[in-house]
Amino acid sequence: MLKIENLHAVVTDSEEEILKGIDLEVSPGEVHAIMGPNGSGKSTLANVLMGKPSYSVTDGDITVDGESIVELMPDARAHLGMFLAMQYPSEVPGVRPWQFLKAAKDAIDNANGQSKMSVRAFSKLFDEKVTETGINPDLIKRSLNEGFSGGEKKRNEMLQMQVLAPRIAIMDETDSGLDIDALQAVADGVNKMRSPDRSFVIVTHYQRLLHYVKPDVVHILVNGKIVETGGAPLAEKIEATGYRDYLTVR
Amino acid sequence: MTLNVVEIPTNVVRHLDLYRQDWDDFVAAQASNGVATNPVNELRNVGWREFERVGFPIHRRGNELWKYTDLRGIDRAEFRSGSPSKTFDRNELAAKIPLPSEWQNLVFVDGRLDRSHSDSVGQQAGVRFDSVSGFADLGKLAQCADNAFVSLNSAFLDDGIFVDVDTGVSASKPIHLVFVTTGLDDGHRAVYPRVAASIGPGAEAMLIETHVSMSDAAHLSAPVIEISLAEDASLKHYRAQLDNENSYHFATTRVKQSSGSNYQSSSFSVGCSIGRNDVFTHLAGEHAVSTLHGVYLTTNRQHQDNEISTTHSAPHCTSDQYYKGILSGRSRAVFSGKITVERGAQKTDASQKDLNLLLSHGAEVDTKPSLEIYADDVKCGHGATAGYVDEDTLFYLQSRGVDYDTAQAMLIRGFAAEIISEFGDDTLREFLENQLDELMPALQIASDTIGTA
Repeated sequence: MLKIENLHAVVTDSEEEILKGIDLEVSPGEVHAIMGPNGSGKSTLANVLMGKPSYSVTDGDITVDGESIVELMPDARAHLGMFLAMQYPSEVPGVRPWQFLKAAKDAIDNANGQSKMSVRAFSKLFDEKVTETGINPDLIKRSLNEGFSGGEKKRNEMLQMQVLAPRIAIMDETDSGLDIDALQAVADGVNKMRSPDRSFVIVTHYQRLLHYVKPDVVHILVNGKIVETGGAPLAEKIEATGYRDYLTVR
Repeated sequence: MTLNVVEIPTNVVRHLDLYRQDWDDFVAAQASNGVATNPVNELRNVGWREFERVGFPIHRRGNELWKYTDLRGIDRAEFRSGSPSKTFDRNELAAKIPLPSEWQNLVFVDGRLDRSHSDSVGQQAGVRFDSVSGFADLGKLAQCADNAFVSLNSAFLDDGIFVDVDTGVSASKPIHLVFVTTGLDDGHRAVYPRVAASIGPGAEAMLIETHVSMSDAAHLSAPVIEISLAEDASLKHYRAQLDNENSYHFATTRVKQSSGSNYQSSSFSVGCSIGRNDVFTHLAGEHAVSTLHGVYLTTNRQHQDNEISTTHSAPHCTSDQYYKGILSGRSRAVFSGKITVERGAQKTDASQKDLNLLLSHGAEVDTKPSLEIYADDVKCGHGATAGYVDEDTLFYLQSRGVDYDTAQAMLIRGFAAEIISEFGDDTLREFLENQLDELMPALQIASDTIGTA
């Protein structure tokens, strides 16, 4: 479904190389965790997958269903069913979450040759997901993320993910800065969405979230490269020993 | 702190003869109508003499009021006043702006009140519409001295309209003043509409001003509105400057507020060739509140100047100046915000903010805050910003599936929404939202600050 081959990426402005040859293949239904110490390139990988313009791919390829997406704009990647839950979602004054999400849903449906969801049907879906994600319904009437706490922003990312129902959901440190209730809510959301045709790439520093969302594959990313790949027990090992083994062998 | 006294150089009006001929004709026509003894005659003379003396402020060096706005183009052009050269029916006008029956619509054509296009008046007791000569402070709030546009307006003073709301009366309908400029095929039309409003003690009203052009012809529009708010009076004053892109629009608003009064102004200015929104509120009585908010949108080579000032003469008053600009192309905007707190005006709470969203590298905004504070127990804050659309925010919106243009339009709308949402009439607010949407392509096509591409 999602395949990354020898991916090299730099910061567009400084040309500093962050990703130094990454290979990864995610099959339908799988949950992959990308773990690594600070500065290893985890967040960069998540953002490069979604096409953030402040990074440039210099070598290698990213394909979805065999087609390269490297040249695609972020919106075109969303139309293919990709989604990135951001580590620091922007505050967007004057843009209402409902209106924004309806526009996003319509754009994705339109790109896939589907008809627009009616306002009534969309509202029903939206309200349902607001309840499920435990987001404050009053908050969601305000501007997108404006004045939201860190936890509320993350819940809002989960709301968007659930409404847009992507095939490839990438989560960039969604668990950082969350209290236990919010963490549980995020985990519940992911577990509920797990299905044979949907994949997750969960970028995280800690093993916390992985207590609740069992990964199929765990990758350790250090200095822009994947240095070890294993099953769920690899994450537990990291929790016990940290990343120091990987840092010293470098 | 001392006041800077600036000697403004004398300007010579290039086509003064033309303006004089126009004025002579106007005065003669008024005399033949038997209104030569009109009490406003003296004000006309004062206006003309002052215009002759000061001319257009084309010399900008040392003239803080006109530092960033170049009027040489106006001085070069030949503007003429006169009767409307084109006719239109109400449907044509209604296609451009809302004229709902819930509003008291009064239509000015080329500066003169046109009763055939206006709703009949006088249904509500305590709300009167009269000639401006009935306004006690006529020419006192908007003074001619050193002001070319107030002078011109006063020189060509017609009946105008005076809105008079009696003590304790709440005007049931929003009063909609529509200023239509028809345009001339063979030259440039000049129009000088005049409005006065007196809101009595404890009275309430909503005033909506809409300025539109019926053609693309260049015109000079210099409206003057004088407003007096009695004790505990309340006025919501909404302004839409929608003149065409070739026009020159110089609006002067002067407001005097008695104790406990509340003046709430929101303006929506679309780029003219040169537009200027000059608003001054004088807080003359205790516990008065003045809110001066606005949004301005410019593109191509348009220029919008906002001259916003408030003087606190009495203690315990609150003033809030907040303007937002959206600039594209090679357009220019000016925000000149002035707050003066006089010696006795203790416990003043004043704030001033000007935020700008630049959609192109060629657009430029000059923000000039000016605070003169002569009292020691005051709260006074100000701030100004100008920035491009945030790249991370664009990426955020695009990553959800909306394309670049749609995402940028969302951010533009979102930026303006804070001000537009304050227009306290649903019909008007929806109309302005549509105006913004109609303007969006012109803003976006001239935008070159690329977030992602």
